[in-house]
Amino acid sequence: MRISVEEVFETVRMTLDHHFDIRTVTLGINLKDCMDRRVDKLAGRMRKRIVEKGKLLNKFADFVEQKYGIPITNRRIAVTPVALLLEPLPRKISAAVKIAKTLDSAAKEADIDFIGGFGAMVQKGMTAADEILIESIPQALSGTQRVCGFLNLASTAAGVNMNAVAKFGHTLKKLAARSKNGIGCTKIAVFANVPEDNPFMAGAHHGIGEPDFSLNIGISGPGVVRDVVSQNPDCDLTKLSEVIKRTVFKITRAGELIGREIAELMKIDFGIVDISLASTTSAGDSVADIIEAMGVRRMGLPGSTAALALLMDAVKKGGAMASGNVGGLSGTFIPISEDAGMIRAVRDGTLNLEKLEALTSVCSVGLDMFAVPGNTDAETLSAIIADELSIGVINNKTTGVRVIPAIGRKAGGIVHFGGLLGSAPVMKVAKTASPEFINRKGRIPSPVQALRN
Amino acid sequence: MAVSKKHTGVRLRYASPRQAAEAAQICIVTVTGADRVGIIAKLAIIMSGANINIVDVNQKVMENYFVMAMAVDITKASADMAKIRKLLDKAAAEMSLNITIQNENIFKAMHRI
Repeated sequence: MRISVEEVFETVRMTLDHHFDIRTVTLGINLKDCMDRRVDKLAGRMRKRIVEKGKLLNKFADFVEQKYGIPITNRRIAVTPVALLLEPLPRKISAAVKIAKTLDSAAKEADIDFIGGFGAMVQKGMTAADEILIESIPQALSGTQRVCGFLNLASTAAGVNMNAVAKFGHTLKKLAARSKNGIGCTKIAVFANVPEDNPFMAGAHHGIGEPDFSLNIGISGPGVVRDVVSQNPDCDLTKLSEVIKRTVFKITRAGELIGREIAELMKIDFGIVDISLASTTSAGDSVADIIEAMGVRRMGLPGSTAALALLMDAVKKGGAMASGNVGGLSGTFIPISEDAGMIRAVRDGTLNLEKLEALTSVCSVGLDMFAVPGNTDAETLSAIIADELSIGVINNKTTGVRVIPAIGRKAGGIVHFGGLLGSAPVMKVAKTASPEFINRKGRIPSPVQALRN
Repeated sequence: MAVSKKHTGVRLRYASPRQAAEAAQICIVTVTGADRVGIIAKLAIIMSGANINIVDVNQKVMENYFVMAMAVDITKASADMAKIRKLLDKAAAEMSLNITIQNENIFKAMHRI
């Protein structure tokens, strides 16, 4: 096996100049066997397992990072959906909050930056424990630093649970009011067709179809893709798709190698590689920049959806060729606050909420990390969520929403979250939209799977 | 840093490629930056100090710009990767160069099907 100098330098340039990194290694941990009728017993067992395995994850991630010289930016843990663990416990919000605090302190002790799974699968209906979990969210997520939550509110098989969607609008308002700048809302995402093995926060959890442990890896590299797109300014779109595929193939292979090696060292199953292009606030690490490098003058202008569709498909094809374990969300994220190009497009007025929604119909994961004025009513938040989840339900794909009501801010302002979460411009949205529709509640039935036009 | 077309076809050759890949832990060290006296000498001293065998070296100077890829065997190294990296980082800072070290498996994974 001979590696040419050119190939060596291609890889080196990816990490040195274009921010190629392993965005996250996420350890999935089953906690079902920790369940108990006494909250202290459950908390004790959870904590022990999370701390022990979390420390191991960090140790081996450090080792592999040194070995391959590719940064592993985040080390995370995803646990069994917490609503399940609440089932045998007394029906008290305080019990759910205690579990959230246990997750938080265990993650802190193991030096794990985010721990996901504080959530429930309620696409068809809610158990009493699910309701307790949802009601505890404002307290649980505003009172912790590292805990992330998710709710699956819809699926193609079940339709959209509008009871839960309506309830969540109010939950979100309360959570925003309880945390500074609404930062608590950055830690919860709601989904249609949520994947059980997604390594990215806020939606990561260890689904009920998973083994005791699994090691999932999220690669990244929008900077790398933007670079190859920029280097091919004149080729047609067929060729451009090829170029992107080849690049994504390479970064996926790197991700798989690193994921498998960490899983092997930990003696656990390797789960999946999530090949999503995930932007960061660093200059050049932006999905909007790729779209603009393709020739769209500004993200959000006509052409953006087509360009994003091409990008998304090329990413999937390259990734699927590279690894048999592609899973999770695998596509392209277009969060607003974490992507400098997306922020610029909102500020320039080329990208509004309506166009963002259109873009999400061709890409994962949905309306992500955007702020709306703090006085937006709960029913309008629910209606935004219902719209986005319907796109996922009808099109048989994952869609999600992570929206931050920016208390005290109006459209055109900006909220700063800091670090990886970035800064979100406050987007214009109707203050009141569809309260009568949302308050009907019930369930939007699952769609017919034939007659697909 | 841009890699010139001149590099096409320049290959790293191990003494016995198959054996080396199976038995040894090969890492690729890359150096880029302005050319100056003593770059290879300095690296050779670091490597021998850590009991690391240099298996192969390929280097080019393009318009005073130094580009080098060195294959090293760290199987019997007296230091771990973190320590080796630290030594190389120190040398890089002293000579105003960019130096990386990565296990060769990453290149195989990325560039070979």
